[in-house]
Amino acid sequence: MNTPLPSREEIDAALALRHTKEIQEKISRARVAVCGLGGLGSNIAFALARCGVGHLHLIDFDCVDLTNLNRQQYSVSQLGQSKAFALRDSLLAVNPYLEICSDPVRLTEENIPELLKEDTYLCEAFDVPEAKALLTNMVLERFPEKFLVGASGMAGYGNSNGIRTRKVFSHYYLCGDEVSDIEHCGGLMAPRVMLCAAHQANKILELIIEHEA
Amino acid sequence: MDFIKQLKKRMVKINGKEEMVQGQTLLAYLEENGYSRDRIAVECNERIIPKSEYEHKILEDGDVLEIVCFVGGG
Repeated sequence: MNTPLPSREEIDAALALRHTKEIQEKISRARVAVCGLGGLGSNIAFALARCGVGHLHLIDFDCVDLTNLNRQQYSVSQLGQSKAFALRDSLLAVNPYLEICSDPVRLTEENIPELLKEDTYLCEAFDVPEAKALLTNMVLERFPEKFLVGASGMAGYGNSNGIRTRKVFSHYYLCGDEVSDIEHCGGLMAPRVMLCAAHQANKILELIIEHEA
Repeated sequence: MDFIKQLKKRMVKINGKEEMVQGQTLLAYLEENGYSRDRIAVECNERIIPKSEYEHKILEDGDVLEIVCFVGGG
């Protein structure tokens, strides 16, 4: 027996019941871009979608691979699909009324200014350090008014409390332990990557509640 | 004049620690200290320094620098 799809009003009312109406209105208005939809980005996006972030911009050029499933929010039925579209489908299954824009592209020096111009809160969720540095430098140079929450250092297992959120510059926060890399600490595993993603999502949420009118 | 200026020692704060540097560019400092130029972001006195300025920026007395270094994984 199928339960009928809840209406937009019913979902909004349930979110307001959990988060309060005042806070939910801010969350629903927010525009967040998630750059990179791997272990960090897919978990960040899930957390923000469940909170009811009204406008999500999902950006990743990659497709779902079997080696992603140890930590990324995809399923075997999505193997080979574009992450930007597969993740959108999964998030809409949680809340069908979210506005989600999927861009299956690689972020470059040339397209960053145009692609990110509409978003207020940006997550850097890449895995390659050079890509992290490129996005961070570009955003801080071009968009000093936006908020950027990045990540560095979440490989391996254990030492949960080593993962932290640090305010680096005035509009830039960095999550992770800043040392555990894939070359020296073994692979990436779901719990520690999710911890770091949760730090990022939590900081984004805090910024939204502090700064949305 | 430039020669004298370069010899003068300067006290700068880098990632929260006071350090004595000798009239060098940001790029020289980064290379001497093992930073990989493509894996970092640098802020000086609360302003992000574009990568193209690394080789021109001379570290001055009282400069406050924050260098973020990225490691792989995500």
